[in-house]
Amino acid sequence: MPSVYFDHAAAARLLHEAREAMLPFLTEEFGNPASLHHFGNKPKEAIEAARVQVAALINSRPDDIVFTASASESNNLAIKGLSLPHKDKGTHIVVSAIEHVSVLEPLKSLCTLGFEYTLVPVDSEGMVDPHKLAAAIQTETVLVSVMHANYEVGTIQNIKELAAVAHRYRIPFHSDGTAAVGRIPVDVAELGVDAYTFPAMSVYGPKGAAALYLKRGTRIQSLVEGGFQEKNRRAGTEDVAAIAGFGAAAAVTEARLSEWSATMAKLAQRIFKELPQRLDHVIFTGSMSNRVPGHVSVVVEFVEGEAMLLFLDDAGIATASGSSCSSKTLKASHVLLAMGLPHAKAQSSLVLTMGKDSTDADVTHFLDKLPPIVERLRQMSPLYAKFQKGEDPYALKPGETCEDEHEHETKDE
Amino acid sequence: MYSEKVMEHFRNPRNVGEIENASGVGEIGNPVCGDMMTFYVKIENDILTDVKFKTFGCGAAIAVSSMVSEMAKGKTIAEAMKISNADVAKELGGLPPNKLHCSNLGADALHRAIENYLAKKPGAGEKGCRCPFCDAPVEGSNICAPCKTQGRK
Repeated sequence: MPSVYFDHAAAARLLHEAREAMLPFLTEEFGNPASLHHFGNKPKEAIEAARVQVAALINSRPDDIVFTASASESNNLAIKGLSLPHKDKGTHIVVSAIEHVSVLEPLKSLCTLGFEYTLVPVDSEGMVDPHKLAAAIQTETVLVSVMHANYEVGTIQNIKELAAVAHRYRIPFHSDGTAAVGRIPVDVAELGVDAYTFPAMSVYGPKGAAALYLKRGTRIQSLVEGGFQEKNRRAGTEDVAAIAGFGAAAAVTEARLSEWSATMAKLAQRIFKELPQRLDHVIFTGSMSNRVPGHVSVVVEFVEGEAMLLFLDDAGIATASGSSCSSKTLKASHVLLAMGLPHAKAQSSLVLTMGKDSTDADVTHFLDKLPPIVERLRQMSPLYAKFQKGEDPYALKPGETCEDEHEHETKDE
Repeated sequence: MYSEKVMEHFRNPRNVGEIENASGVGEIGNPVCGDMMTFYVKIENDILTDVKFKTFGCGAAIAVSSMVSEMAKGKTIAEAMKISNADVAKELGGLPPNKLHCSNLGADALHRAIENYLAKKPGAGEKGCRCPFCDAPVEGSNICAPCKTQGRK
């Protein structure tokens, strides 16, 4: 059975070059970069070489790159580290309504320290209007954060314009670039951002390494304190192997980005064109004109996301969904809800993220397998039954919300 | 994530469908929750001779519906009403902790279908007593409060 991997947003196969770059640091070059003896030499050189490679990817100076262990950590460092130092000046933060949880959750914990935040709404395509952003800014605002591209619906924001809005009010602007890096060219100087997050995984590097770009002169309070690593911005003995892998992957991706993006874009276009020919009641979400290549997000009406995901997995196809059942928190995607999708449609979402190795055969296999799966699930669906009888499948009874009888919160969340 | 038994019921659910002229229908859940189940029961001589369902929901929701329908078919009303969420989860070999609420839905939808049947039965009447003068509901031997204040006609 063919194995089709359409979930690159979650993880990606390591580039061969990255693996080769990592191996010495998993074997004979085990030294700590901070050591004064010779065992520290190669590890130290490897980190600094990787820093140059990663910086080149986004047109940053090497010194402006802080290595962390994950995009989530970079986001936490940005949100908390860029606002806390300014607490005496102001305690308000502005972010878009469709940010990743690793941006939204730190905001909540900052609230316990006296901060407040405003979520800027998005339109039905997930775009942030610069005027709405400006309207959300207050005199006490100390940070603005809007993601470059959205992982759920693929929409790319006009970061240059949004950063300019923040700068009009002399407020630093952070952007989470996780879904953009490795798919579109990123030039932080051109964008004008003060801080920018992205993980090694976006460029087919290893898990365990990520970066936070910080424009020179940007004041930051570190999260992980102790040692002096990363110029006192992030303590802790570095994951040398992962960072070395990150650097190698960044270099390869930079060289091949336009070729890989063109391939992925063509494959996604096939799905946009051919899926509606083979399946009715499918709604593509996110901007169609302004989206990252190789990203397809679709609502398949009347059936639930996780159920589709499981049957696709049986057919050898790996995908993701924004439905509440498929999320650990059992809440429907806040991104889809912020874009105005009703809950029932958000539960029916399927997200495909292709990669450099995705092929036409992969797309064909997906297009062949999905319709019978959907047909089968629709036959089981009370929503589809209502639709067939001419009733409104999405009608909620007055006052209907999620019943309290079954608690969705889980203890281990 | 799911046990083999859950996956088996998900891939090959039993009793999917509707019953025309069902004895009772029970709907539970809504799109906000992410799971919706409709259970149909055919009851003859106090026995659930047929149970069918339609479900919009995840792997756990479909498996639970299938398992509930299997457990309920052929049972008496009293036995079927005793089927609990824990029973269902146990029969399925366990569910991940964050999916246990799906097992609640299955048993509840079945019970609603049975209650729907019981409410429709002739002579079922309204639950509880009502004041013969003002028709307000009356609990036990309490004097009807509205009548007391208004005075008997």
